[in-house]
Amino acid sequence: MTSQATTLACSGLDVSIADIQVVLGLDLACRPGEYWGLLGPNGAGKTTLLRALAGLHPANAGAVTIAGGSLAAMPRRQVAQKLGMLQQHTVYLFDANVLQIALTGRHPHLGRWDRERAEDIALAESALASVDLSGFSQRVVTQLSGGESRRLALAALLVQQPDILLLDEPTNHLDLRHQTRIMELTAAVVGEGRTALAALHDINLAARYCSHVLMLEGDGAWRAGPTNEMLSAERLSSLYGCPVERIETPTGPRFYPRSEGVSSAP
Amino acid sequence: MALPARLLIPALLVISLASLLLSSATGSVSMSLPEWFAALQDPASSHGEVIWRLRIPRAIAAWMVGALLALAGCLMQVLLRNPLADPYILGVSGGAAFATLLGITLGVTAAFLPALALVGALLSILIVFGLARGEGPWSGTRLLLTGVVTASGWAALISLVLALSPDNSLRGMLFWLLGDLSFATPGVASALALVVVYLVVSLLARSLNILAMGESTARLLGEETDRLLWLVYLLASVLTATAVSMAGTVGFVGLIVPHLCRMLSGPDHRTLIPVATLFGGCFLVISDTLARTLMAPRQLPVGVVTAIIGVPLFLLLLNRARLRS
Repeated sequence: MTSQATTLACSGLDVSIADIQVVLGLDLACRPGEYWGLLGPNGAGKTTLLRALAGLHPANAGAVTIAGGSLAAMPRRQVAQKLGMLQQHTVYLFDANVLQIALTGRHPHLGRWDRERAEDIALAESALASVDLSGFSQRVVTQLSGGESRRLALAALLVQQPDILLLDEPTNHLDLRHQTRIMELTAAVVGEGRTALAALHDINLAARYCSHVLMLEGDGAWRAGPTNEMLSAERLSSLYGCPVERIETPTGPRFYPRSEGVSSAP
Repeated sequence: MALPARLLIPALLVISLASLLLSSATGSVSMSLPEWFAALQDPASSHGEVIWRLRIPRAIAAWMVGALLALAGCLMQVLLRNPLADPYILGVSGGAAFATLLGITLGVTAAFLPALALVGALLSILIVFGLARGEGPWSGTRLLLTGVVTASGWAALISLVLALSPDNSLRGMLFWLLGDLSFATPGVASALALVVVYLVVSLLARSLNILAMGESTARLLGEETDRLLWLVYLLASVLTATAVSMAGTVGFVGLIVPHLCRMLSGPDHRTLIPVATLFGGCFLVISDTLARTLMAPRQLPVGVVTAIIGVPLFLLLLNRARLRS
């Protein structure tokens, strides 16, 4: 497989939602082996940009290509074989069990008449184990905790085996152990020659796991580049409108907000 | 505690056959077991006539209406992503009811009433489809609002017809509105609609599982959701229109049977679709047999019986399911 085959790219992309200009003229290429962090303040449009890149939100101008083909012109089934997305929320209507939901990741790979085979079930079981949900197969999804549902959604994405993973706040609702686990798991998947773009709130997760960073400033302006060039105290302070300081650690720089000295309201 | 399909489906096939036989043996003309058995083999005898010309066609019609409504209910609940949706919610039955009642008032022969109901239902589908579709992408909210408002428009017209009708036709109209199988016959066109739609829905079963997880998820997993959603709407409407043209607006089957079956077989549509279709058929044959016999020689509209059985049964099962979990 050539590197072209699994690249997510866009050129001249304009995306907006309601009154917010999310990006103007975005040019981006996420190549195999690259783990992109998507950073920006609340309401900058990180989710909307991910949805536009997945073809769920219309772009005002420009084009998204996956593996060199136009996303807009591609049948959705073909898109789903190459690109998958972990959404911020998944609401389950009926009481399906955990295994059934994990197996939905096979949907784009199965024909109309096909049933899941033993290897599909084995794949789902191993994906569930990798997100620490072994033994949950028969549990009813509507009774899972927030963190468990989140990990189940990620397991379904892993079962889908896309080359391009869009992750909308993958560590939301997760405790510290599972945050680390999920970031390491997705980084390992990227290490196998796939690509990921993850909207993150925690700058330090980006600093630690991402090879590249895309910053949205909230007014359509954006910056993209390798993590070590992109993350600096000055740039993050201006991005979040809050003073940030840089601290060196054995595994690289980390960034923490400085106290702004806000007093409580009278 | 989902039961496996390989047990449920054969069991429901046997129950379907048993309920048809039971229905053929009971009614206002009473027969002993040997008489019934003899009459089954001799369609020309007077008892044979009752069985083969009245009871069995009516029981088959009942089975078809139940199957049509249960299948339509499964589709509608996924389409509107609401487990409380029923086949009548978007006004298909309202159009059929108005057309039929208008026909009764104008003195149209009973034989033409199903065709009239079908025309009314199709008209309603076209109105809702045309108004809700518009230019943009699929909008479930818009479909729901258009459908519900259209349904209340039909309800107003139905009240108008009822108010203007002579007293002697009101009883027939009321029975029709409650759902009544007295005049139902299993037509070839209805059977064809059931079989064709059932086959298409079987092909879509896994897609329906995905669609139940929401439109974005379905699109991310490879469904052309706009096309799929309109297809599901049209299939559900055709099923509903066919059922209503046969028996009027029989209530609760389309709402309750998919729920009960989800408790029996789990929510996977590959199992749920055949289970709910067969269950809906049995349920309505048994309900109609009760409607004919409970207060014999008087006959009740089957819609009253489905409500009397369905509502407490449903509440009971819902409560038990909650206690278990």
